[in-house]
Amino acid sequence: MFEDLVQKPAKWLEADGEESSIVVSSRVRIARNIANLEYPGRASSDIRSRAKDFIQMALQEKGFFEVGKLYDSQSIPDLDRHFLIERHLISPEFMSDRDNRAFYIRNDESASVMINEEDHLRIQTFQSGLETVQAARLAELIDGQLGERLEYDYNKDYGFLTSCPTNVGTGLRASVLIHLPGLVLTNEIDAVISQITKVGLAVRGFYGEGTDVLGNLFQISNQTTLGRKEEDIVSSLEEVTRQLIGHEENARMTLIKDAGDEIKDKIWRAYGILMNARVLSSEEAMNLLSAVRLGVAMGILDMLPTRLVNEVMLLVQPAHLQKLLKEELSSSERDSRRAELVRNKLSGR
Amino acid sequence: MKLCEDCHEREATIHLTQVVGNKQIVLNLCSQCAAKRGFDNPLKNVPFPLGDFLSSMVEKSPSGDSEALQKLVCSGCGMTFSEFRNTGRFGCGKCYEAFHAQLDELLRKVHGANRHSGKFPSGSPERMQPLREERKLQEELRSAIETEDFEKAAELRDRLKAMTADKH
Repeated sequence: MFEDLVQKPAKWLEADGEESSIVVSSRVRIARNIANLEYPGRASSDIRSRAKDFIQMALQEKGFFEVGKLYDSQSIPDLDRHFLIERHLISPEFMSDRDNRAFYIRNDESASVMINEEDHLRIQTFQSGLETVQAARLAELIDGQLGERLEYDYNKDYGFLTSCPTNVGTGLRASVLIHLPGLVLTNEIDAVISQITKVGLAVRGFYGEGTDVLGNLFQISNQTTLGRKEEDIVSSLEEVTRQLIGHEENARMTLIKDAGDEIKDKIWRAYGILMNARVLSSEEAMNLLSAVRLGVAMGILDMLPTRLVNEVMLLVQPAHLQKLLKEELSSSERDSRRAELVRNKLSGR
Repeated sequence: MKLCEDCHEREATIHLTQVVGNKQIVLNLCSQCAAKRGFDNPLKNVPFPLGDFLSSMVEKSPSGDSEALQKLVCSGCGMTFSEFRNTGRFGCGKCYEAFHAQLDELLRKVHGANRHSGKFPSGSPERMQPLREERKLQEELRSAIETEDFEKAAELRDRLKAMTADKH
């Protein structure tokens, strides 16, 4: 399944949006429920199936199937589910339970709709680079179209009602996936994160002690959904992201000025390992690709396009690797095939 | 060396931090246990136990819940307030009315506000009326098919078809 998706990089990794050298992608999610139906977590199979039918009909009547497809969760093999999660089209939570769940994906991968996740309806849109406004516009368009055919659960005090009270109100979560190796290397990341969280944004990312960093990718999103207008939520995320880009650029300049040879050495070594390694875990690959991505952004590795590095970051993930190679592989088999794939991709094969 | 908080055996190499409001939650895990929790891939949408956090926010009084609180049940789905507190999830839209008195304070803690100021549904109440009728017919059709009352099903199907035709 999804063979056509395997052959092309995900749209949100194309690096054609604003600030693409630092911001990988922008996403917006809107949560909605249908009035007078129990929420999926509490609903019986029968009620879930009714919710699914209503949403499917609304998608049909609004012409969604002319530009995308609906998939029944039950019919998707495990490997394909992991593949879709790596691509962000469905959530890990969505995988855990297959009862009357379905999802819709637009052919161009700019939007997906999950049916019977935590809420009856989860609309998601994706853009490459810092394009939160554009992502929000598309999400609201889809929400508006479906809202003409579905009576949403809405209350004048609390707005759009959701299963979890952390999503109530606008039901809107906007996020950016941002690459911050400069701030991690200069040890400024903790201070910057604590600043960001003070203005109502959440930061999610992985980082080890010292320089032992995993991918240097951070996800920034609005923490609250109630009490502010949709456009204010989106614009404040965008504003903070722009400040963050400024901090990251300064950190990169400091690195070049104070430790130019060391940073160039780190980047070239990462490139050297990726071009020559015979065994690569996804963790090691992500860390090295992060250094290479930094090198591309700083003009040190100017023969590689950002889009290619983004694409490889996705292809080294276990499900993508197996889908691309068209076979299920053990963990150790994956590590050698991954090394081979990275060598080929980075040398333009 | 910091040990993994899940297995308490291996060294914690993955440190996940999330700040919610003024509360910081840190998880230190080894790579195997991180993978088990789905934290192995930074490209993934990181699941986080927000529900746990939330339920810790709705304070439990040391003497247990008052009788009134124990009796609080949603008329829509039958969820009790303590069930909500344990799971951090509502069962249906009516829960918001049933637990209204407790919610204003909770939502203020979570969002810093407890009233919506964003957009409202695109379909006005008048426009929703035919939609409700259509939904009622659909549900009747569903049960007619289930009970194999095909005559009724055919009639309902015609009525639904007529309604959809009106719309276009």
